[in-house]
Amino acid sequence: MSFSLTLTVNGETRAIDLDDPRVTILDLLRERLHLTGSKKGCDRGQCGACTVLVNGRRVNSCLALAVSLDGADVLTIEGLARGDALHPVQAAFIDHDGFQCGFCTPGQIMSAVGLIREGQAGDDPERVREGMSGNLCRCGAYIGITQAVLEAQARLASEQGEAA
Amino acid sequence: MPDIAYEQARHGSSIGQPLTRRDGILKVTGAATYAADNRPEGLLHAVMAVSRIARGRVTHLDVAAAKGHPGVVAVMTGANAPKLAQDPDAKDNPFMFRLDLLQSDQVRYAHQPIAVVIAETLEAATEGAELLAPRYAVEPARIGLDVEAPQEPEAVGAGDKTRASRGDVEAGLAEAERRIETVYETAAQYHNPLEPHAVVAQWDGDRLIVDTPSQALATAQMRLAALFGLDPKNVLVRSPFLGGGFGSKGFLFGPQVLGVMAAKLVGRPVKLVLRREQMFGPVGHRAETRQTLRLGTDASGALTALDHHTLTATSSFDDFYEPASALSRYLYAAPAVSTGHSGVRVDTGTPLFMRAPGEASGSVALEGAIDEMAEACGLDPLDFRLKNYAEAEPISGRPFSSKALRECYAQGAARFGWDKRAKAPRSMRDSAGRLVGYGVGTALFPALMMQAEARAEIRADGTGTVALGAHDMGQGAWTALAQIAADGLGIDLDRLDFQSGRSDLPNAGIAGGSAHTATAGSAIHSATSAVLAQLAELATGDERSPLYGAGNAGVFARGGRLLRRDDEGRGESFADILARAGRASVSAEGKAAPDPASREAYAMHAHGAVFAEVSVDPDFGQIRVTRLVGAFAAGRIVNPRLVTSQYYGGMIWGVSFALHETAVLDPRSGRVMNANLGEYHVPVNADVPAIEAILVEEHDPHVNPLGIKGVGEIGITGTAGAIANAVYHATGIRVRKTPITLDRLLG
Repeated sequence: MSFSLTLTVNGETRAIDLDDPRVTILDLLRERLHLTGSKKGCDRGQCGACTVLVNGRRVNSCLALAVSLDGADVLTIEGLARGDALHPVQAAFIDHDGFQCGFCTPGQIMSAVGLIREGQAGDDPERVREGMSGNLCRCGAYIGITQAVLEAQARLASEQGEAA
Repeated sequence: MPDIAYEQARHGSSIGQPLTRRDGILKVTGAATYAADNRPEGLLHAVMAVSRIARGRVTHLDVAAAKGHPGVVAVMTGANAPKLAQDPDAKDNPFMFRLDLLQSDQVRYAHQPIAVVIAETLEAATEGAELLAPRYAVEPARIGLDVEAPQEPEAVGAGDKTRASRGDVEAGLAEAERRIETVYETAAQYHNPLEPHAVVAQWDGDRLIVDTPSQALATAQMRLAALFGLDPKNVLVRSPFLGGGFGSKGFLFGPQVLGVMAAKLVGRPVKLVLRREQMFGPVGHRAETRQTLRLGTDASGALTALDHHTLTATSSFDDFYEPASALSRYLYAAPAVSTGHSGVRVDTGTPLFMRAPGEASGSVALEGAIDEMAEACGLDPLDFRLKNYAEAEPISGRPFSSKALRECYAQGAARFGWDKRAKAPRSMRDSAGRLVGYGVGTALFPALMMQAEARAEIRADGTGTVALGAHDMGQGAWTALAQIAADGLGIDLDRLDFQSGRSDLPNAGIAGGSAHTATAGSAIHSATSAVLAQLAELATGDERSPLYGAGNAGVFARGGRLLRRDDEGRGESFADILARAGRASVSAEGKAAPDPASREAYAMHAHGAVFAEVSVDPDFGQIRVTRLVGAFAAGRIVNPRLVTSQYYGGMIWGVSFALHETAVLDPRSGRVMNANLGEYHVPVNADVPAIEAILVEEHDPHVNPLGIKGVGEIGITGTAGAIANAVYHATGIRVRKTPITLDRLLG
């Protein structure tokens, strides 16, 4: 049996024929679309390494079946930079050493982008820590992660201010 | 010559700079390739079936059902697994751990691999593994430290002595004015790097290419060659990035070899990735300990005796004993010190090195006992530590190669505000009425050196290459080693081609024991020095060179030029030297190894002091670490940005050790009941307090040519004890069992 769905992945609309309904959006990205930036750390929604944005919201992609997302807009770490220009969150992660091994980093960054878009944390470090707590970092790069999110948030807010 | 080299490196343009990670862009864009991201043509997916029992036999697997599932290509069991050239239970040396490779139907621990299903898709392989529905002949699991009479092992940790002592501890205790005996227990922990162990294996006749995360590429290459009867030259192991290691990727484990066997069985490339629950069993862990400490002091509070004994557990079939008492050999001055270990055998996987093996577990017990002794003496915990400061290594009596621990105590205490600590426990509160406590712990980790090789080259265009099979598991080898390489060659980083992360490069040893930067860096230093010596010889022996007659020792390299030491205005570019000599390049190999003479003469350790503030809800016992300040002295700092991150990470592991991590074993089944990241707690971002790490200056002329000590593991030591002591100070309740959970405060 084949399951047809349409996904917009990193701005590109793709018609996908799936031969298996058990495929998660994470495994679709990694194993079939060869977008391996999103990582699998636990496969049960506990670590956040697979975080992507689905229709602008943060999602543990290991928990969502691909067939349930027909028509969705998916943004992964591969779609964040504009050419060579890093997204402010990406740049801030480098500047603040917000990672060590890098395995949780795509998920952390997508989660940070989602958190900033949600507009709930603002410039409050405590709320940023809370809002980023679905993304485990076993290396313990949390200090840099929090600083990076705060800096990127400030930069994006000021850019938005200038645009308005 | 070593002195000159030391000077030259110290004033280099890269070493000491807080550069951002050279692999940063790859990591923030998702382009860094981890093992499981590889996809050779024709790749199949393999999923392991693992045992649900801890001891017994597998009596039945429904292979037919698994094979009948659409997409399943093969089921690998003991019946059809490829024959190996080496017995997986062979043990030629203490660092060769026994592997479970389907060689028997015996089960020796829960989550032991018992079969592998190989399929066209991950989904089919996963379902196939479920369909195997194993049946077992179950024997009772032997779990816990009281399971049998303890035995004294032949060695602990990485071949350390089981026992070491100096003086007469019993006499020292007998004559003591005050004495305590106290018992601390630490929980079993599992490394759980965010990247599960993974392997992508490709066979091409008798050639083998393996992508797998490794902290020891050459060791992995040799083990694969031995297991499959291959010439090591025909085995390539690639590991450019590890998604965390913490010791768990120091050796090749059974599941990785099973992936290689599966690829051989089906004649196609195979990817095998451990499921998270499978990380709790076949890939090592930190064993639980029960540590008994006896301390005595004279009337002034000076230690007269310190006795530290550790009971721990290893597996039923192999040997690794957590060397938790070893720390007491290095840290506090006492005329009589005794350290020892004993162990029992239990039905778990074999324990292994896990970040600060021995030191982490030993530190929480020793620092707790020292805190108890300080209180018995009526002394401030920091004053007590200073009073018992070791000017020489307690048991060996050797002087320290360097030890800026006093400065660590002073700078840390000042930054933390230790002088605001109320002496009596349970006497400080915050504005919300929560109990507040301050605690201190001393950090220590040995400054080890291992063996490594490196290759260096300078070319006629003025660019250079340094190559070695080093390992970046997050500590920053791609950056820090490249900084050492660039300075060693006297070129800018952007002129350097730095090659690493593959087993077909010179053997860079292992990334372990916090010794990789020191060891691999020293090998790089040796290779680059040899290249520069060749260049200098070409120049200083040539009348046409402005460096003529300066002698090799009279020149140094900077900015792609050799310069005279006595007149930096006179120099010549590498390109000009090579052009005149008609050479396309000069290259050399270098080696590093511990220097036996200096290791004999000096005790070598990194030191630090960690100060912790906690708040505890007086009604509910909820503990929060609110502040941590660590001050560490670890010789030369290659990259302060990365080193600070290592200290942060280590201190967060200390938070985890003190308050979060424990593998809960079901004593009936022998299974880890919380084998997932939701219930096996590690700190999340919201658990992490304000942390500061102070880099205390320290120069060490003995430890290695570059003066580098390790920084990767020391942060966990000191921290867990400081937090436990702060919890005591906040509540007046001494919890001698980690993790300290709220029920232990309310009980």
